[in-house]
Amino acid sequence: MSDAGLTLLILTAALMAFLTRVGGHLILVRFTPLPPRVEAALEAVPIAVLGALIAPAILLGGPAELVASIVAGVVALRASTIWVIVCGIVVLVVLRGLTVG
Amino acid sequence: MDTGAVQHEKVHGEALAGALASLTILPAIAPFGMLYGALAINAGFEPWQAWLASATVYAGASQYLMLEMLDQSLSPLAILLAMLAINFRHVLYSAALGRHLVRFSRGQKALAFGLMVDPVFAAGEQRARRTGTLGPRWYFGYALAVYAVWMLSNVLGTMFGALIPDPASWGLDYVLPLYFLGLLTGFRASSGFVPVLGAAVLGSIGMHLTVGAPYHILGGSLAGLAVAVWRVPSPPSSSPPPGSGA
Repeated sequence: MSDAGLTLLILTAALMAFLTRVGGHLILVRFTPLPPRVEAALEAVPIAVLGALIAPAILLGGPAELVASIVAGVVALRASTIWVIVCGIVVLVVLRGLTVG
Repeated sequence: MDTGAVQHEKVHGEALAGALASLTILPAIAPFGMLYGALAINAGFEPWQAWLASATVYAGASQYLMLEMLDQSLSPLAILLAMLAINFRHVLYSAALGRHLVRFSRGQKALAFGLMVDPVFAAGEQRARRTGTLGPRWYFGYALAVYAVWMLSNVLGTMFGALIPDPASWGLDYVLPLYFLGLLTGFRASSGFVPVLGAAVLGSIGMHLTVGAPYHILGGSLAGLAVAVWRVPSPPSSSPPPGSGA
């Protein structure tokens, strides 16, 4: 792809990204007050989306990924996000080292 | 009277509190941003093009997808469609977070949505649910700190990308799922957490095994939302459909 073509692709993607970010709100403000079912759906957005995002990486990634995620999930019940990542990565690197070596 | 000074201090305090709240996730963003910078250079981007993408698209997962699809020489239309599929979640984020932006002016709202990436959305939602309010200063303190670290790590990645070791050997390829897992568990006290999450996981895995990535995000999200809607009891006041009997 040409240099100008790539730049155009980036800028189009940027415009699309911004439209998705304002779009949900712009659509929703037309429907106030919100029906309880819509309210419930919005309350569930973080759980549904984040769950959908990570499910394949955790469940289809392999045994090392699965164990690291379980450990990280337990840590998440008590500690902040950075410890979740640190503990998960340490377990993952150790397990990958074991399976390779 | 020093109410002005008190006000001033409070204002700074809120922005600072927001920035400080972002500290726990910044170490997760930095490697992700550096890696993007390095991979973009490998994919034939000029450094400024990588910075432009990060500054304006500002959606890491979709930017990675773009690199991958460019590498496979897919058409721009196919690339944009796949990016739209991966970024569709922002429509849902926008609808959900928009409810909490009552204290934001029109311009502030536009900027707030422009800076709304996954951790910013999750943190804003949690803040609004826990304290009952979401102020612009706290939000922008958090969101701008994330943006600054993203851009800085990105620039470093484009400059010193060759120094980054193989991401898989350090487990860096798995930082993002763990980081989303951490964000997700922050919502475990919400009503319907288990059934909504269960449906989202099933929908996501099902789509991943059939249609393939990135459509699992869309499928899983909609499955989770469907369960959330389904759990709401029918309002007894609504007029019963004719002939339904009672």
